[in-house]
Amino acid sequence: MTVHGVHMSDIAKLETELMTAVTSAKDEAALEAVRVAALGKSGSVSALLKTLGSMTPDERKAQGPAINGLKERITSAISTAKEALGMAALDARLARETVDVTLPTRETPAELGRVHPISQVIDELTAIFADMGFAVAEGPDIETDDYNFTKLNFPEGHPAREMHDTFYFPPKPDGSRLLLRTHTSPVQVRTMLTQKPPIRVICPGRTYRSDSDQTHTPMFHQVEGLVIDKTSHMGHLKWILEEFCKAFFEVDSVKMRFRPSFFPFTEPSMEVDIQCRRDKGEIRFGEGNDWLEILGCGMVHPNVLRNCGLDPDEYQGFAWGMGIDRIAMLKYGINDLRAFFEADVRWLSHYGFRPLDFPTLAGGLST
Amino acid sequence: MKFTLSWLKEHFDTVATLDEIVEKLTMIGLEVERVEDKAKEFEAFKVAQIISAEQHPNADRLRVCQVDNGTGTPLQIVCGAPNARAGLKTVLGLPGTYIPAKDITLAIGKIRGVESQGMMISGAEIGFSSDSDGIIELPADAPIGKPFAEVLGLNEPVIEINLTPNRPDCTSVNGIARDLGATMIGDYKENVPKRVPGTYPCPVTVTLDFGATHPLCPAFGLRLVRGVKNGPSPEWVQNRLTAIGLRPINALVDITNYITFDRGRPLHVFDAKKVKGNLTVRRAINGETLLALDGKTYTLDTAMCVIADEKGVESLAGIMGGEESGCDETTTDVLIESALWDMVNIAQTGRKLGINTDARYRFERGVDPNFMVPGLELATQMVLDFCGGEASEVVVAGDATPKETVVDFPLSELPRLAGIRLSPAEVRRTLERLGFFAAGSGERIKVAVPSWRPDVHGRADIVEELVRIVGVDAVPSTPFPRGADARKPVLTPIQTRTRKAKRALAARGLTEAVTWSFISKREAELFGGGSAALALANPIAAELSDMRPSLLAGLITSAQRNADRGTPDVGLFEVGQIFKGDKPEDQFIAASGLRRALAKADGVGRHWSGKPQPVDVFDAKADAFAVLAAAGAPMQALQVVPGGPAWLHPGRSGTIQIGPQNIIGHFGELHPRILTALKADGPLVGFEVILENLPAAKARPTRAKPLLELSPFQPVERDFAFVVDSKVKAADIVRAAQNVDKKLIAGVTVFDVYEGTGVEPGKKSVAIAVTMQPRDKTMTDPEIDALGQKIVAEVGKRTGGVLRG
Repeated sequence: MTVHGVHMSDIAKLETELMTAVTSAKDEAALEAVRVAALGKSGSVSALLKTLGSMTPDERKAQGPAINGLKERITSAISTAKEALGMAALDARLARETVDVTLPTRETPAELGRVHPISQVIDELTAIFADMGFAVAEGPDIETDDYNFTKLNFPEGHPAREMHDTFYFPPKPDGSRLLLRTHTSPVQVRTMLTQKPPIRVICPGRTYRSDSDQTHTPMFHQVEGLVIDKTSHMGHLKWILEEFCKAFFEVDSVKMRFRPSFFPFTEPSMEVDIQCRRDKGEIRFGEGNDWLEILGCGMVHPNVLRNCGLDPDEYQGFAWGMGIDRIAMLKYGINDLRAFFEADVRWLSHYGFRPLDFPTLAGGLST
Repeated sequence: MKFTLSWLKEHFDTVATLDEIVEKLTMIGLEVERVEDKAKEFEAFKVAQIISAEQHPNADRLRVCQVDNGTGTPLQIVCGAPNARAGLKTVLGLPGTYIPAKDITLAIGKIRGVESQGMMISGAEIGFSSDSDGIIELPADAPIGKPFAEVLGLNEPVIEINLTPNRPDCTSVNGIARDLGATMIGDYKENVPKRVPGTYPCPVTVTLDFGATHPLCPAFGLRLVRGVKNGPSPEWVQNRLTAIGLRPINALVDITNYITFDRGRPLHVFDAKKVKGNLTVRRAINGETLLALDGKTYTLDTAMCVIADEKGVESLAGIMGGEESGCDETTTDVLIESALWDMVNIAQTGRKLGINTDARYRFERGVDPNFMVPGLELATQMVLDFCGGEASEVVVAGDATPKETVVDFPLSELPRLAGIRLSPAEVRRTLERLGFFAAGSGERIKVAVPSWRPDVHGRADIVEELVRIVGVDAVPSTPFPRGADARKPVLTPIQTRTRKAKRALAARGLTEAVTWSFISKREAELFGGGSAALALANPIAAELSDMRPSLLAGLITSAQRNADRGTPDVGLFEVGQIFKGDKPEDQFIAASGLRRALAKADGVGRHWSGKPQPVDVFDAKADAFAVLAAAGAPMQALQVVPGGPAWLHPGRSGTIQIGPQNIIGHFGELHPRILTALKADGPLVGFEVILENLPAAKARPTRAKPLLELSPFQPVERDFAFVVDSKVKAADIVRAAQNVDKKLIAGVTVFDVYEGTGVEPGKKSVAIAVTMQPRDKTMTDPEIDALGQKIVAEVGKRTGGVLRG
């Protein structure tokens, strides 16, 4: 059929040519060239479209759909091809960008850093006792003889003073001598002198005794507790210590043995053992038939109350004390006290705690 | 304090077993440290006698012995001990015998072709003694077939008590028995010494002469026994002394030792023939010396108490006698002393001279004054029994009568302090069995304290006696609620800062160290300390002598130790006390950190991702600011001033302050001089901040955070590069820019610092980015330009900087 205008077979031929060109375009530039050649201002399809204007209505009716159809199919083919080429190009780029993901990253500082077991255990103690209404009290390491001994009912020259191998500073012109506190009890004295009962405090801190061997270091850590009010008695003391031991050692129950003992600043005084099982160097609490001494305690001696300005007929209370390093060793299976103070990062990495492992009662102290 | 079971039973009537007694002792406060039972431990090892010892046919060093073990048939035993000889009484172990101390079982068969039917034993082989030179040699009269430990008098358990210093009464077997008697597991047998009348006046007089000074001897009893024959004491005395680790010497000396342990009453015996004239008890004269029984010569002073005769000092009162007047086998006349001494003085003298004796141990705790004369009577009786002789009358100087203590005791004290109730009858019975005397009835009684209990003064002591005997187990555990008070923080601000500081530094990859509070004087001096007031008078070691003025010294030496052990890239921190003086307010909580070699905050050590960077001053600065931020410091108020203390690199250190009056801390590279002095290698950077110098946080009426106001208008960022003199501080440029319009300028950051090509020598280019945040309308270009020009002008005015072309 031949009419004024374009022969139908030419349209089909052009379409075949253009489709071939589209599919064989290797990249976006080649495809663009095909687009310009077909659909550009002077492209082959554009030229056909221009012929529509000079056609008779009938011719236009006959050829219009064919020519427009051609334009649409080519446009669509180019767009599809363009998308495919874009994806291939992206894939190729990403392939080029491949890295070796097995290379190690830098260690997170928060994973690398460690908190010392002593700090961790102090935080554990604080959590447990805070829950029972205890505040934390602190005092200076360099103390007076009066606060470290005399006010605590250590008579001058009494052998009990000798039990503490005390570090002294040189005598002052007035003959008095400062010392390094041998226990944290002077903090109790300071608390009683400055605070009105009821008092509930724990006093953790560094303490010093001139002693150094397998199981003693000249510096160590103690935590003491003090309750002063008008009604607290030994039964309460037992309960608090039982609650503490269960919470601290994270066991459901623990048997405790209270043995009468002697401390100048308490009367009656007791030493406390807890039930444990020793198994090939490991100690388990809350089971077994062995006893392990963990703390000393007692009712605050009337003389101590008096020395701190409290009337022993009106006020009463109790106190206890234990070694932080010792209970840390027991709980976490650390066997050498001296290693606590050697700052060996191999030891600290192993026995230390991650900075974000903050002990809470809600989350479990050590989990 | 040690004693044997049979010794205890001499004062204590009981059917209780050893285990029951031991358990009870511990539970009444006489903590049993150990029970040694040598008889039980070695019961399988018996006395045997070597009949003959022939040379082994196949071994030069071995002998083939025929041994009589009491069974009638001699055993053939091969033995290599050099002392295996015919006639020797020794110890035999049969095959299959288990040795607990060594956890081995004897196994013997043929030795070099000769059968051996047992083993003769050295002390070391069974853990009996350290003697490994030969087999044990027993006395010739040792009965064959009897356990050898029994023959040596070790035939019963020895109980050792860890005695608390408040219980002088239990430094004696008698006192322990009395305490046990209160528990109802047996009855205390009170053995009161009989009076031994003297037949003639004591020829030696005693004068207590302390002039106007504090008397150191309240009372002194003395008597003479003449015509004694001193020799070994009876076997039972020797056995008891041996069992508790004392060496028997002679009867007279053994008697004093025996009564010391049996009754807690130390005595002294003088050889009367070696004492010249009368005795005077007085203070020593400065420089006087005494050759004591331990063979050492002590130089004395006026603070010490002595017993002297006309020749001079014969005894150091209550602590140790003199060699010269001591008793030996030749003694025929003996003066027995039983005295009371000033407790504190005995303790001080003993400590000063470094003498620990059983006498001192008791006198410094306080012996029973009422037993001074009875103790002397008991000693006299034993001397007469063991050595014969004739006793003089007793002379007593001074007055031994004790001051009686009576405690007014309301029964309600027991529930008040201990939370338990006992019936009045139970209270009385318990106290009376302990030797107290209870008078009165009803709710309030009077309790007289026995003379042997100087530790009991008041009501609380009585409560302790009752609780001790009834058992602390009887006290019911009583819940202790936290009370109705509102929950409040229990930590003080400094405590909160301390714990946050630790977590913050650990989160920056640093490891927490806890180092000694004392360091060497030289180290202290390097960090501004070392004053005499902070030097210990009695340090445990020279390198632990002075209180630390800074945490850095300990961290530096610790880091070096770690480097020497193979961890060169180490980051450490410590939060703890530093000491600027000895008053409480001179002791500060500081936080300090140290980084060594490649221990950067953003990665430690070499890594494939980049060139290894050694630590620098900015690592230390970042650590310091991290800890300050965590501790709640007012970060906007902190100023950084170049330079720091002498231990830091003068050009690579900074001081953090809030105004010149409040120095918070320092950071920087450690001074090379410090590294040399501490034998440490760098690079080493560190910081130290004093957490207590931070101002207290302002009290806030509410926990609500201030209202957040976000501007709806676009912020504008403009960059400026200034060429300034290279000495100009970046902080001054930033501040100048910021101050142009504090409302509009929301932030100024330094994003480049450049020196080199393109910038003339002595100058540097500092590029800043200024963020402008309009609040009520979008900024127009002319407004932005105008602000920019103001910034350029202000920076120029303040720092001499000109915009880089």
